[in-house]
Amino acid sequence: MKTTGTRRRLGAGISDKAIVMEHVSKAYTVGVPALNDVNLHINKGEFVFIVGDSGSGKSTLIKLLLRELLPTSGKIIVNGTDVVRLKRRAIPKFRRSLGVVFQDFRLLKDRNVYDNVAFAQRIIQMPNREIRKNVPSILSTVGLAGKYKARPKQLSGGEQQRVALARALVNKPQILLADEPTGNLDPKNSWDIMNLLEKINNNGTTVLVVTHNREIVNAMQKRVITMKKGIIVSDEEKGGYIDED
Amino acid sequence: MRINTLFYCIWQGIRNIFKNKWFTLASVATISACLFLFGLFYSILTNFQHMVKNAEQGLCVSALLEEGLSDDRVAEIRSMIVRRTEVSNVEYVSAEETWAQFVEENKLGDVSFYTENPLEDCAHFDIYLSDVSMQTALVNYLESIEGIRKINQSFLTAQALTGVNAIIGYVSIGIIIILFLVSIFLISNTVAIGISVRKEEIQIMKYIGATDFFTRAPFVIEGMVIGVIGSFVPLIAVFFIYNEAMMYVAKRFPSLSQLLAFLPVETVFTNLVPVCIGLGVGIGFIGSFTTVRKHLSV
Repeated sequence: MKTTGTRRRLGAGISDKAIVMEHVSKAYTVGVPALNDVNLHINKGEFVFIVGDSGSGKSTLIKLLLRELLPTSGKIIVNGTDVVRLKRRAIPKFRRSLGVVFQDFRLLKDRNVYDNVAFAQRIIQMPNREIRKNVPSILSTVGLAGKYKARPKQLSGGEQQRVALARALVNKPQILLADEPTGNLDPKNSWDIMNLLEKINNNGTTVLVVTHNREIVNAMQKRVITMKKGIIVSDEEKGGYIDED
Repeated sequence: MRINTLFYCIWQGIRNIFKNKWFTLASVATISACLFLFGLFYSILTNFQHMVKNAEQGLCVSALLEEGLSDDRVAEIRSMIVRRTEVSNVEYVSAEETWAQFVEENKLGDVSFYTENPLEDCAHFDIYLSDVSMQTALVNYLESIEGIRKINQSFLTAQALTGVNAIIGYVSIGIIIILFLVSIFLISNTVAIGISVRKEEIQIMKYIGATDFFTRAPFVIEGMVIGVIGSFVPLIAVFFIYNEAMMYVAKRFPSLSQLLAFLPVETVFTNLVPVCIGLGVGIGFIGSFTTVRKHLSV
């Protein structure tokens, strides 16, 4: 196993943390746990890659942060909210403070680009006049201002991911979770998306990207957390992709 | 909730109806089929009940009066009977009227050779009941009145009519419950198939922070509108079938017109329309509400 970069030091106070996971374990069934005693602190405004093989626990981690799953044990704080103690009816409000992007885009296929992005605003009951102002603005940020009438199937993979990104960002979340955002994209589109994510991060949003894309991880020189069999095996500031033999 | 959010949910629900044409069609067809059967049974049963009620109204108890009662006493007895709640109408038939009726009914022809009224002691009250099941209670009361010498009643007919009424009531309730359950089952399945296709849409909504209400509202509105459409179709069908059936019976079996006295279509539909629409909306609401719930735990 090869590691790159410098080992990370944890020094920031709890109020500076966007995400805190302490002794978090998650077991689906009896046997090998999907996550095993994971400790993770991510500061506000950080850009973090989470890498690892299939079955290493990356997706479980994202699902726990989204409160799609509850941990078997441990504590999870996201944006100051104790996710484990969160009541079911409070989940929607909590999720609105996060932006989420998936590998398969997850756009509403029967709605055009504008309506897909506006949908996130309607959920937070934004007045129509604000929606009419915010949606074109975010679409122009992701470079899709001219395609607001297009349906998802009329767009390329890269464009669809940008719509998903616009939808995730339109409510100005403090944290953006991206689960394999370049998994279905060619290298050029992958880089376009990563550049957008970096731009978003530069504006102060905490960005957490789960990826398999070795080239991007190595080139971007961001914090890299490597997982294996449900355990964090490496946490490097300005790290790279760890090769498995 | 903001008013534009409410309008958005309603608009999405209506839009979904046109967007998912096949699902809408299947759901409307299922609801229509169930409510058509319901409407048909309801019309038949209400008419049957109406016919039994007619028969009941023709049934009367005759209270024969003692001979030589004063007019005041007869009037007093009459007012005592009229006060009873189960009594709908009381007719006094004098001894002379009784004899005249007898002569006419039996076609006796010339009866002038009778110097005296042979039915002199047959002055009586014909008492019609509003509730035939109360006949025994009325007879008991009449027996306690001084001046009434004998009571003629059709106990068996009254009992039979009461029994038929009860059976109709039970059968109606049974059929309605069965049809309702079958409708819920069929419609839930149709809605479940339609909504399962859109499971991903529900999950996306939940991932980006939609509340259960916001996610569910368009589906529930869609279900309710489908319910309304699904109830109008059978109502129109039953309306035409009912009118046709009435005309057919009147034309083909004129001799039965007295026995088969159909209720006017307006009377049947006064209850059937709100009940059918209520059932359609209710079924659409319950079906979509419960089916969407299965997909909300994301």
